[in-house]
Amino acid sequence: MTLLDNPRATTTDAPTSAINGWAGFTAGPWQHGIDVQDFIQHNYTPFTGDASFLTGATERTLALWARLSEMFPRERALDVDPSTPASITAHAPGCTDQSIEIIVGLQTDAPLKRAIMPFGGWRMVATSLETYGYPVSSELETIFTKYRKTHIDGVFDVYPPAVKRARHSHLITGLPDAYGRGRMIGDYRRVALYGVTALIAAKKLERTALDAQPSTEEIIRSREENAEQVRALKELVQMAAHYGFDVTQPARTATEAVQWLYFAYPGAVKEQNGPAMSFGRNSAFLDIYMERDLAAGILTESQAQELIDDLVIKLRIVRFLRTPEYDQLFSGDPTWVTESLGGIGLDGRNHVVKSAFRFLQTLYNLGPAPEPNLTVLWSDTLPDGFKRFCPQVSIDTSAIQYQSEDLIRAAWGDDAAIACCVSPMGVGKQMQFFGARANVVKALLYAINGGRDELTGEQIAPVTAPLDSDVLDYDTVWAAYLASLEWLAATYVDALNCIHYMHDKYAYERLEMALHDGTILRTMACGIAGLSVAADSLAAIKYATVRPVRDASGLVVDYTIDGDYPAFGNDDDRVDAIAVTIVETFMAMIRQYPAYRNAVHTQSVLTITSNVVYGKKTGNTPDGRRAGAPFAPGANPMNGRDSHGMLASALSVAKLPYSEAQDGISLTNTVVPTGLGRTPAEQVTNLVGLIDAYTLSHGYHLNINVLNRETLEDAMEHTENYPQLTIRVSGYVVNFVRLTREQQRDVISRTFHTSV
Amino acid sequence: MSAVVNLGAHRLGPVKRVTDGPSKADAIRRAMRAASVARASTADDLHQLDLTCAASSAAAATDLHHQELEAIRDGTVASVHSWELVTSVDGPGTRLTYFLSGCLLRCQYCHNPDTWKMRNGALTSMNDVLARIRRYRAVFAATGGGVTLSGGEPLLQPAFVARLFAECHELGVHTTLDTSGYLGASATDELLENADLVLLDVKSGLPDTYREVTGRELAPTIAFGDRLRERGINVWVRFVLVPGLTDAVDNVDAVAEIAARWPNVTRVEMLPFHQMGADTWNRLAIPYPLHGVLPPDAALQERVRAQFRGHGLVTF
Repeated sequence: MTLLDNPRATTTDAPTSAINGWAGFTAGPWQHGIDVQDFIQHNYTPFTGDASFLTGATERTLALWARLSEMFPRERALDVDPSTPASITAHAPGCTDQSIEIIVGLQTDAPLKRAIMPFGGWRMVATSLETYGYPVSSELETIFTKYRKTHIDGVFDVYPPAVKRARHSHLITGLPDAYGRGRMIGDYRRVALYGVTALIAAKKLERTALDAQPSTEEIIRSREENAEQVRALKELVQMAAHYGFDVTQPARTATEAVQWLYFAYPGAVKEQNGPAMSFGRNSAFLDIYMERDLAAGILTESQAQELIDDLVIKLRIVRFLRTPEYDQLFSGDPTWVTESLGGIGLDGRNHVVKSAFRFLQTLYNLGPAPEPNLTVLWSDTLPDGFKRFCPQVSIDTSAIQYQSEDLIRAAWGDDAAIACCVSPMGVGKQMQFFGARANVVKALLYAINGGRDELTGEQIAPVTAPLDSDVLDYDTVWAAYLASLEWLAATYVDALNCIHYMHDKYAYERLEMALHDGTILRTMACGIAGLSVAADSLAAIKYATVRPVRDASGLVVDYTIDGDYPAFGNDDDRVDAIAVTIVETFMAMIRQYPAYRNAVHTQSVLTITSNVVYGKKTGNTPDGRRAGAPFAPGANPMNGRDSHGMLASALSVAKLPYSEAQDGISLTNTVVPTGLGRTPAEQVTNLVGLIDAYTLSHGYHLNINVLNRETLEDAMEHTENYPQLTIRVSGYVVNFVRLTREQQRDVISRTFHTSV
Repeated sequence: MSAVVNLGAHRLGPVKRVTDGPSKADAIRRAMRAASVARASTADDLHQLDLTCAASSAAAATDLHHQELEAIRDGTVASVHSWELVTSVDGPGTRLTYFLSGCLLRCQYCHNPDTWKMRNGALTSMNDVLARIRRYRAVFAATGGGVTLSGGEPLLQPAFVARLFAECHELGVHTTLDTSGYLGASATDELLENADLVLLDVKSGLPDTYREVTGRELAPTIAFGDRLRERGINVWVRFVLVPGLTDAVDNVDAVAEIAARWPNVTRVEMLPFHQMGADTWNRLAIPYPLHGVLPPDAALQERVRAQFRGHGLVTF
């Protein structure tokens, strides 16, 4: 049946878009059910040209951006609404400058004003308010501590002791029990293509199917979630109406498409403080509307660029209220508004469209910025014009990341987008239970110490025999390590099941899930931190002579190393194979433990800047790393141990099998511009070649910073001169001057490849 | 590949160079040391510089590891300092660059004096090098890169260079030779036949300055460059700009005039001196002559580039 009972939907005439959102579009199954992917495949226009069609920022755009830019320095004193728990409709409409904004809608009633989101947990809200000098409402406190249970309360009601111990010792860190889990992408395009009325109709169809089934616990939960989804869609209509728009019907123009799409997004970020509130894969979708309006003569290229510029401005000012501890873990106040560009359709046509160029152009029109997190789904077969423009943007701004389109498409289809840093998922078809990560270095130290923590001596893992030899024997250590990882895997999945059960129950993402299919694929994304340290430590034990140093209590607190060992990051199979084995082994262990809601287990090797925090909580390691020193970020080799050039380093990482780390494997590299070539054209050519070589070698993800070390050092001392200095850190972008000094030092000390 | 030495995979591993300890490799090194002493006394005679002759006479003298030394003479084994997969600095695209150990020049600004002595390298078999080249064929194809032999001075081990370049061409891999040209006479015609690009380091244009900078003569480099011109081999001329040492207007003009004689030179790369090699000099306890010398400033670099451009040379 046709979801939209809309007799005006035709495919024949030139657009009469004032009355009909679908006029001029090619018909297809997308008209008979919610299927944005099908709509895109039937209607988009691949673009094989170069960047020369792009236009600069208009005076209006620059004026709007200037108004916001002057507010950024004052943001250190956060603007917060301390008394209104956020919801889709809780705040009155707000604007930046009504006279010149093309796209409207804010999270609260004023730009950069942050809302409280107490359903995750009250203490996080209260601490944040106190930290930033705002009153804590006693009325709200009563509600959220006495009458309304929160997510974190639920989690701690059900955590078993082993999880609490692992959490306390930082063996497992960053669990989304005290904050939103994020890592899901509402298919915001659905609002523009179908209008909310049709979306509600589709949800009611899903409900009919649920009602036909017996009321088991699972079905009851699904019905309740369905009811919440419908309620959220209705609130979205109200919220848009407050701004003077009717989103019940399909968007009729490019401007409306951008606006409808954008209303859906803040609808989600108004009430979810997920660390990662990603945006999806929107460029081909929007491009269809723009091509239609351009052909009809009702839109110019400059106006099309203005729409994207305005949208990006909105995405740049998404803000959440978070504690300083949180910022230490996820530094730079990131929101991971990730937008995926490029890619290839299942029919082999590339998804490069003019609007993908337009998104990248915002980095010139508005200057570089951390958000939105622009991500290029790269394949060596993408058209040359795009393949050369992306590296050019990297060289000029350092603000984009690359991920292997071929790996992602094979696993998740041609409408997958990146959530957060590097996690791929089919838009509207798939979500993940975010799992932060387990410290596989600490697990190795526990194996050596019989389950005791190397820093505190506390018994964290089950008691096993400590390794008491004078020299560490590889086979003995490996056997003990397997036992340690096995316990860690069980404990870890246990923790995640508790968390996500309670997140669904107390902090359900109503609107984001309303913009998903009724039946979705769930993944449970486990992650590991410290892979290169663990691999190097094991390589040291295997190829050099490592002697443990014990304190009076027999606890191994340090190691002496005689001889050399091969280090991860040199394309040396001896150690790279160890890293691969750790990834494969831990994944296999994780898969043994059933996941909540039958989620598919996945794994990531990415750590964001939390590699600093993980390192801080981990003692001396057998590879020679000192206690407290940062781990390498993501899957990166350790600083300075990769001595055979950037690509050799990357090729070690590329050996990690994506099939065993489907949530992503991240690699960050920094190069100085002259290291890429003598001329600008040569630099672009060489960077294209490097990304091709890496992805053709099955590399999954690559951050490229093109920066001088001197620039970063100067920025540390003169933050005021670098308000927009942007660097990439393990899957996302940060504003350098907003990192802590410790994190800044870590970034600078990382391998700078003066030649690559 | 008949006489390939098996020195043990770990020892030949490129990541960590061979460590100290009694071994066959040490014996070879002792032999090489003896050979290089013999060479040093007659350094001006290029024939005496031929490692292969020296190595075989050393082998005869010690009667040890005849097979190994035979392999070196054949070029099936090389003394290697290190390898890197680098972009843009050693030729076009991304290149697998092998730095061969051993050099007769003693450039004051040398940034890797640990490559001077052949005995300090790791003995690496042609098969191992070829395995790595095969591994990176896709990289070379994607980046328009290839293999570069650098050093040290690769032409101290000309048989290895010749064999490797021939093997590369069998594989369809682009080859680049990074050399001072001082030992150009050691390069056979067959070697040059398989060299797609030569990075020719003209360290100074005035014979006296050249001698001051390197301790050797300029003439062999010019002779080698002339030979490359005759063969029509693509050449990038390199020149290291050191304030107070190589930056005299006359000296730079002389380099430019030499390069301008060769129509096969497609670019000149002016490399600004840096101090990143100082640590290595200190570590090796070699008195470092350029202590405290600052890198050339932008104005000086531009002046020098302009001198080259004034001779019609494409210069970076």
